Amino acid sequence: MTVLDFINRLLGREKPSGTMARQRLQLVLAHDRSDLNPELLDQMRREILEVVQRYVEIDIESCDVSLETEDRVTALLANLPIKRTREFPLPIGSAISSGSGSGPAALALDRGARTGTNAEQLAAAGAETSALAGPSASRVPGTTEPGDPPSGIQP
Amino acid sequence: MGKTTLTANLGIALARLGKTVAVLDADFGLRNLDLLLGLENRIIYTAQEVLATTCRLDQALVKHKQQPNLALLPAGNPRMLEWLTPEDMQTITGLLAERSDYVLIDAPAGIEQGFKNAAAAAREAIVITTPEVSAVRDADRVIGLLATMDVKPVQLVLNRVRPKMMANQEMLSVDDVTDILALPLLGLVQEDERVIVSTNRGEPLTLEDNPSPAGQAYLNIASRLCGEEIPLIDPSKKRHGLRARLINKLRKTTGLF
Repeated sequence: MTVLDFINRLLGREKPSGTMARQRLQLVLAHDRSDLNPELLDQMRREILEVVQRYVEIDIESCDVSLETEDRVTALLANLPIKRTREFPLPIGSAISSGSGSGPAALALDRGARTGTNAEQLAAAGAETSALAGPSASRVPGTTEPGDPPSGIQP
Repeated sequence: MGKTTLTANLGIALARLGKTVAVLDADFGLRNLDLLLGLENRIIYTAQEVLATTCRLDQALVKHKQQPNLALLPAGNPRMLEWLTPEDMQTITGLLAERSDYVLIDAPAGIEQGFKNAAAAAREAIVITTPEVSAVRDADRVIGLLATMDVKPVQLVLNRVRPKMMANQEMLSVDDVTDILALPLLGLVQEDERVIVSTNRGEPLTLEDNPSPAGQAYLNIASRLCGEEIPLIDPSKKRHGLRARLINKLRKTTGLF
């Protein structure tokens, strides 16, 4: 580390490269593990929004759907601010009109969605697949927890 | 990163602890375990002849001179890869397991068929990687593959650790890697020039009575495998030099980085 690096670090101008390494790895592994390419993720994002919009009016501008990884579990996180609810769901494939007004609510598709029975369960089903596993080889939650205590090595 | 070195050193270390150990070179394409153990001139038969039953297993096994508890089953011709099946590997390891306390399989790099053959014959696995982004990413793929093959437990060894760079946060820290890969840590091996010297000579570091830092790390791994509890010390947090203290103090008071 040169003196200049050190000064930059002291002044908070530059992040240490180890931190950058961690952040970049976490991002790339989230995608590796879910085995989704960016185009598919984008398509899934559009379809999720379409379904949600049939039931509630959401603020498209501030919607955020992303993959996050923690402890070898990848989750799809969606933050969809709801403007107002619809009294009756729109028919499938109907045009979506953006309404005005706002209701302070947020719908989060997190890991809890995996146990739920709502349409968004589909979205979280990609979680917990390993980088190499195809859809058929996806790990079943709860059966292959990586945190299992190591038992003694047997010959 | 460092699979063959780990296999050679761990084999010797376990043998020194009084266990009978068989090491199997499953890296048929790029075999090197014989070279690191200094046994390259004593190979007569290989795993290939054992599988073809043209020789008995004990004829093919090469015993280590200083540690006769350790025997190597050398890799055969690279063309073995064309016909070797996971069942063949299971047959060989089954034969080795009958006569040893531990069978160590030196797996080839990558996630191709050679690796799958080796993993098919393994009950447990040790993943060794270095604290670099590309190596950690590759390790993650290997761990994912092992999980689908029902190999467990899988434990982690972090190789080529540079305490100084870690303390300066110019390298992924031990915690970063264990958090990302979510595996229990079996050992930390520091970057050590003696590793090169030992491979030059074909004498694993664990043969020495006063081993260098890396050699001691391999001995500790062997003891942990045998169930002994040896604390894992993160070398980057061990430093109490002036600069480290100064940086730590700054970090605490300012919270800047």
